Amino acid sequence: MSKYAPKKNQLTREFLEKPSPLKGDYARQEWWDMPVEFRDGNWCHSAKPEVLGEIGFPNPRKWAAPDDDWQLPEGWEKTIHEGLKERLKKFRSLKLYLDACVRCGACADKCHFFLGTGDPKNMPVIRAELLRSVYRNDFPMVEKILKGFSGSRKLTQEVIKEWHMYFYQCTECRRCSVFCPLGIDTAEITMVARELLNLIGVNNNWILAPVANCNRTGNHLGIEPHTFVQNIESLVDDIEDLTGVTVNPTFNRKGAEVLFITPSGDVFGDPGVYTMMGYMLLFEHIGLDYTISTYASEGGNFGLFTTNDMMKKLNAKMYHEAERLKVKWVLGGECGHMWRVVHQYMNTMNGPAGFLEQPVSPVTGTKFTNAAATKMVHIAEFTADLIHNNKLKLDPSRNDHLRTTFHDSCNVARGMGMFEEPRYVLNNVCNSFNEMPEDTIRERTFCCGSGSGINAEEFMEMRMRGGFPRANAVRHVKKSHRVNSLVTICAIDRATLPSLMRYWNPGVTVYGLHELVGNALVMQGEKKRTVDLRENPMAGKGEGESDDA
Amino acid sequence: MKKVFMPLVMVAVLSCIPYVGVAYFGMGYLFGVIIPYLAVLLFVAGFAWRMYDWLSRPVPFCITTTCGQEKSLDWIKHQKLESPATKWQAALRVMMEVLFFRSLFRNTKAELHTGPQLAYASSKWLWMGGLAFHWSLLLIGLRHARFFFIEPPLVVQLIERTDRFFELTLPAFYMTDAIVLAAITYLVARRLRDAKMRIISLQTDFFPLFLIGGIVLAGMSMRYVAKVDVLAIKALMMNLAAFSFDAPGSISPLFYIHLFLASVLAVYFPFSKLMHAGAIFLSPTRNLANNSREKRHVNPWNKKIKFRTYSEYEDDYREKMKKAGLPVEKD
Repeated sequence: MSKYAPKKNQLTREFLEKPSPLKGDYARQEWWDMPVEFRDGNWCHSAKPEVLGEIGFPNPRKWAAPDDDWQLPEGWEKTIHEGLKERLKKFRSLKLYLDACVRCGACADKCHFFLGTGDPKNMPVIRAELLRSVYRNDFPMVEKILKGFSGSRKLTQEVIKEWHMYFYQCTECRRCSVFCPLGIDTAEITMVARELLNLIGVNNNWILAPVANCNRTGNHLGIEPHTFVQNIESLVDDIEDLTGVTVNPTFNRKGAEVLFITPSGDVFGDPGVYTMMGYMLLFEHIGLDYTISTYASEGGNFGLFTTNDMMKKLNAKMYHEAERLKVKWVLGGECGHMWRVVHQYMNTMNGPAGFLEQPVSPVTGTKFTNAAATKMVHIAEFTADLIHNNKLKLDPSRNDHLRTTFHDSCNVARGMGMFEEPRYVLNNVCNSFNEMPEDTIRERTFCCGSGSGINAEEFMEMRMRGGFPRANAVRHVKKSHRVNSLVTICAIDRATLPSLMRYWNPGVTVYGLHELVGNALVMQGEKKRTVDLRENPMAGKGEGESDDA
Repeated sequence: MKKVFMPLVMVAVLSCIPYVGVAYFGMGYLFGVIIPYLAVLLFVAGFAWRMYDWLSRPVPFCITTTCGQEKSLDWIKHQKLESPATKWQAALRVMMEVLFFRSLFRNTKAELHTGPQLAYASSKWLWMGGLAFHWSLLLIGLRHARFFFIEPPLVVQLIERTDRFFELTLPAFYMTDAIVLAAITYLVARRLRDAKMRIISLQTDFFPLFLIGGIVLAGMSMRYVAKVDVLAIKALMMNLAAFSFDAPGSISPLFYIHLFLASVLAVYFPFSKLMHAGAIFLSPTRNLANNSREKRHVNPWNKKIKFRTYSEYEDDYREKMKKAGLPVEKD
């Protein structure tokens, strides 16, 4: 395990010794007096100067969170003040959520980072108060003139350090906003706080490096077009070896009916690549006329974790490319934050997409009226419709070697409301689906603990803590239903949950939904399938192999 | 604890002001006419201004928090209240929040057991306490209409009759008085008892609770203990309702404490967290329909940005693309 993560028994002992969700004795302390301490495992590397140069962000320099002096630019207080003022004018949500909180505490124990750290500043209400206290000081109302009375404070470098720590211990998962009686969404606060921090060069390399890459090459990993194609072609070869079927993806092809965009993690990362193989098998199975773009080769959008402008800039490529390729509509792969952007921001930012048509499934004829304006369909909707219309030949017993549970990704759950489609697909491609406890799924799902751009190796301790509630729910079904497979529809989940499972629940493997679809699809002309897409033996399919499912 | 003590002292001091003013300096006119008018004026103007201030800021993105299945394929059951697809469904969702505190009803309490095992128990106390507090305040407020009319509206009479269903005392005891006191006690106690709540709470969280508690206690003492002359009070209130500036008759100082604290509350309201009463209607995560893919949400300030176009990309990678067999626009 990573040197940045505490030993598991150490963390377990901490949970046993301090069983209350709030760790430590804070009887005589106010939160604003509690010091901010950066130590190994709780901070991410700052963005490299060359990365900032590439995307034109301010204050490039070498610095690290534990430094005493963060080398903030001249007049940074004014920059923050003006920046906040501007954003208060642009976002009703920000103003409203800074003004209206009654501190009822309903959100306090809903945050995965609070449950994993017991740190009072990880209660969503206090996370927002970090900004609110400065806002009250700088934008006073009558109540706010009485400083001690309303908990306002001056903006200092210590406050910036605190913001940097806690607005990067929020994954913008919006779980707190489900429980808030006023619908206050901490993600709205965190997004603005991160924008403000970026204005003075307080940043995170794990977010900004992918942003720069994505801008330049089209994807987070900075993969150039020829390598991108090669990688998918090697997956095509793997598919042929495993199934005997040749799939034929095309690239940058004009006039295809559908442009398919998925997170680049599906093209390069293990286990994302198996999900990619699943997509390609599905498209081959139904004879979909599709193409993949090397220019818009990233579904994900780390601009969402940076600034609104950056989100828009990176997202613009999708429509730009769809227009150039003259496709009819866009199909999107499995990803969480990508779908937050596509569902709630894309058409507003970069639409209207008059050059596209309302999506219609070429196989079933189903009109996707719910995507009539944005003209982009989620692959789980698309596949659920295919299955519902009996268009797929599926053998769910090919997934009998897996005992599955499903992790709702935060963004798809609380920023889109897609719960049934992936479950319907999963139930049709495997025989062993078991839900985790109801307080940990659907709209109440827990974040993987590493979303919103904090999936950095050096942040491992916080990730294992933040992921604890999710892991704990998986552990529950692992014990009660012998679950060994955690199925997701999110590329960040596929990248982060494997380490979380290795840490908390060894023996549980992470899968993408369409990987299981790919396993179950009975392809025309296929050879006898005895192993799944990872070359693990299927249950009861090989000769002389015992069926232990 | 300072943050509990200070607001308590503030309310105590505020209570003394009208008592001293009326009992020793005969300032009945100030406390009975001028201050109430000013307070109402500030309340109405302040409330309107705050609402206008919020409403004048744009909602650039459709950021509905979806708490249930979105409207998608025909055969998938759409949860209309948890993930509204139209503005009417969204309006109904907001009303569920306003009237029944729908989201608070979901509340759970996380517990860490040995294992370590996280468990989530349903926790409806805050929901019950909050609902009891707000609803009884509303009913008490409506009940007060009897001071402003010779013959109060039928609804008000009905509320009043139901409220004193248990005729325990003379004059008849109002249930809502007991409920609101119990609710305030609970809401204060939970801020003190729970370590998390102690950290979260500010003076400004205790102050309105104590203030409302003070108003209720003063009101109850008038009715049940001192049994003050209601007729003089009713005459004053009807005068005020008719925008008359006539001087009040002879009324117990207890009444002036009640009225003054209520005036303070009215003035405090628009400039404090109490504005959540208006904010709840405007919260974009709740009042927007989750139909952003079906219908384009318009951002009035949608900023023009320059993005890296395909042709810039091709210019940088043309040779590599050609070698990989990728089609290019320019040779």
